[in-house]
Amino acid sequence: MEKFNTMTGIAAPMPLVNIDTDMIIPKQFLKTIKRSGLGVNLFDEMRYDRQGNEIPDFVLNQDAYRQAEIIVAGENFGCGSSREHAPWAIKDFGIRCVIAPSFADIFYNNCFKNGILPIALPPETVDVLMKDAENGANARLTVDLEAQTVTTSDGEVFSFEVDPFKKHCLMEGLDDIGLTMAKADSIDSFEAIASQARPWV
Amino acid sequence: MSPKTLYDKIWDAHVAHEAEDGTCLLYIDRHLVHEVTSPQAFEGLRMTNRQVRAPDKTIAVPDHNVPTTAGRDDPKNMTEDSAIQVAALDQNAKDFGIHYYPVSDVRQGIVHIVGPEQGWTLPGMTVVCGDSHTATHGAFGALAHGIGTSEVEHVLATQTLIQKKSKNMKVEITGKLAPGVTAKDITMSVIGQTGTAGGTGYVIEYCGEAIRDLSMEGRMTVCNMAIEGGARAGLIAPDEKTFAYCMGRPHAPKGAQWEAALAWWKTLYSDDDAHWDEVITIKGEDIAPVVTWGTSPEDVLPITANVPAASDFDGGKVGAAQRSLDYMGLAPGTPLTDIEIDTVFIGSCTNGRIEDLRAAAEILKGKKIKVKRAMVVPGSGLVRAQAEEEGLADVFKEAGFEWRLAGCSMCLAMNPDQLAEGERCASTSNRNFEGRQGYKGRTHLVSPGMAAAAALTGKLTDVREMM
Repeated sequence: MEKFNTMTGIAAPMPLVNIDTDMIIPKQFLKTIKRSGLGVNLFDEMRYDRQGNEIPDFVLNQDAYRQAEIIVAGENFGCGSSREHAPWAIKDFGIRCVIAPSFADIFYNNCFKNGILPIALPPETVDVLMKDAENGANARLTVDLEAQTVTTSDGEVFSFEVDPFKKHCLMEGLDDIGLTMAKADSIDSFEAIASQARPWV
Repeated sequence: MSPKTLYDKIWDAHVAHEAEDGTCLLYIDRHLVHEVTSPQAFEGLRMTNRQVRAPDKTIAVPDHNVPTTAGRDDPKNMTEDSAIQVAALDQNAKDFGIHYYPVSDVRQGIVHIVGPEQGWTLPGMTVVCGDSHTATHGAFGALAHGIGTSEVEHVLATQTLIQKKSKNMKVEITGKLAPGVTAKDITMSVIGQTGTAGGTGYVIEYCGEAIRDLSMEGRMTVCNMAIEGGARAGLIAPDEKTFAYCMGRPHAPKGAQWEAALAWWKTLYSDDDAHWDEVITIKGEDIAPVVTWGTSPEDVLPITANVPAASDFDGGKVGAAQRSLDYMGLAPGTPLTDIEIDTVFIGSCTNGRIEDLRAAAEILKGKKIKVKRAMVVPGSGLVRAQAEEEGLADVFKEAGFEWRLAGCSMCLAMNPDQLAEGERCASTSNRNFEGRQGYKGRTHLVSPGMAAAAALTGKLTDVREMM
């Protein structure tokens, strides 16, 4: 997995609550057996009309935001399905960080498995970042995972919380499965005890 | 010993490793797999030369993509991309030696209906699946939640999941439900109250007399939508109904093992003085048959209400409500019972079980539908067979419903069962998101009885008037 440390990029404002995984990547794109190539269909039904033409009002179709690397959104971002196609599409588009007042649980976890940093901040802080993002390509946010800060284009700094283990894995680009397999002894001994205690499982 | 919740007890029984910061490896007893969220996980195993650690605890069934019309066991009758995903699951099941119910098997169906039906899901277990509605299995007092594809790969390789413990929330539904009010109305009413993010960070235990009174089918409906409230999982403590449901199922324990299992299962309840981080109490008698008006499962109102205005809401919800009203084509102040319906869908992991079909058939018996299209998609081949045996299929067909084969179908419209642009559907499924049932399709979530009532009148209808 790609390491995440610091980044400075254009932030696209999406001031909508409950942006769900069906909006992020509609089901017709879940029929792939690959992880790549979904960026072109990110937010497909908000981004294109039925003929495949861009809808000019949609934020990622505006010149200032075509190169966006950050999304600033309303609360409960990523609610709905467990589809990892949602973070795959976000990453494939080039977005590496999503900032919102809150995230749905499964989506939040899925981001960390794909080198994306989801940052939850209080609504009033997200409002400040949203205003900054609305300034377009001239306003670039800086995210520093090690320091756990987001800095606006005006130099205003906000701290955020992140689970230390998730932070470590993201900064080092670690493969979770490899880490867990290194604890195989613990799993073996758990299985031995559990199969005695609950042989029907 | 300090008092524990049901969640605490199941959690404690499954921690295989705990790091200093509280990050745990949670052992997984059952891993359910379907065709849409698993191909990349199996591919990951192949690329790293890893095996499935516990193939005997891994169960696969195709459900999301499969057509629900006859002849579907011939891949030529599927769209090419769907056929590729189903073929990939066929191959992965064979290559990795996991349990499998192919499309041609009468036991095939929606993964969350097949698991309990076959006795794979049992009290006190940990159950995961690459699908958010895995919460369904919580009805058995099993800790069950949805995971992403990377986590599917992690569970395949290690039979564990990296987890931190959630907080405990108790949702108590006291007293009795009024006639015409169902498990679906309970679970939707809870979300209407807490919002779609109200459960974030929590595992919910549903309890109280109205929950105890529900059948296992009803309890599965309640837990199924825990995820729509944002919770990691929903739980209901197992009781005699749970044990009776499990007994004799193909993969349930037998003989002495059954007795041993039962002895442990009977300890699976929340202790009286256990700590709850949040408690919500709703009176059962206050719950009405409900319907969603918008594009979020929290947009819940009693069927007797009117369409709200955006100005009825606060904060970010004002814009979201206006967007929903525009998308749904609804004017504020319209009585919900004036809303005309084109299509009725009865099915899904929320309401595709036998009891759901009975409830709908009860309303439909001897009557004809007034909507353009109505379909019943049983949750599994066995539910379908039972419904045929009980004469329910004839009731549906005589009323004008299409009687389909098992699958997820129009709940997420990955197969050909989709709404046309602008079409409005009364649906027993779980999500009313924009585009969920088809591009620009409009979804109103309801109980099976309410769906049947809407089919008969061509409008959203209070089922109590048809009883």
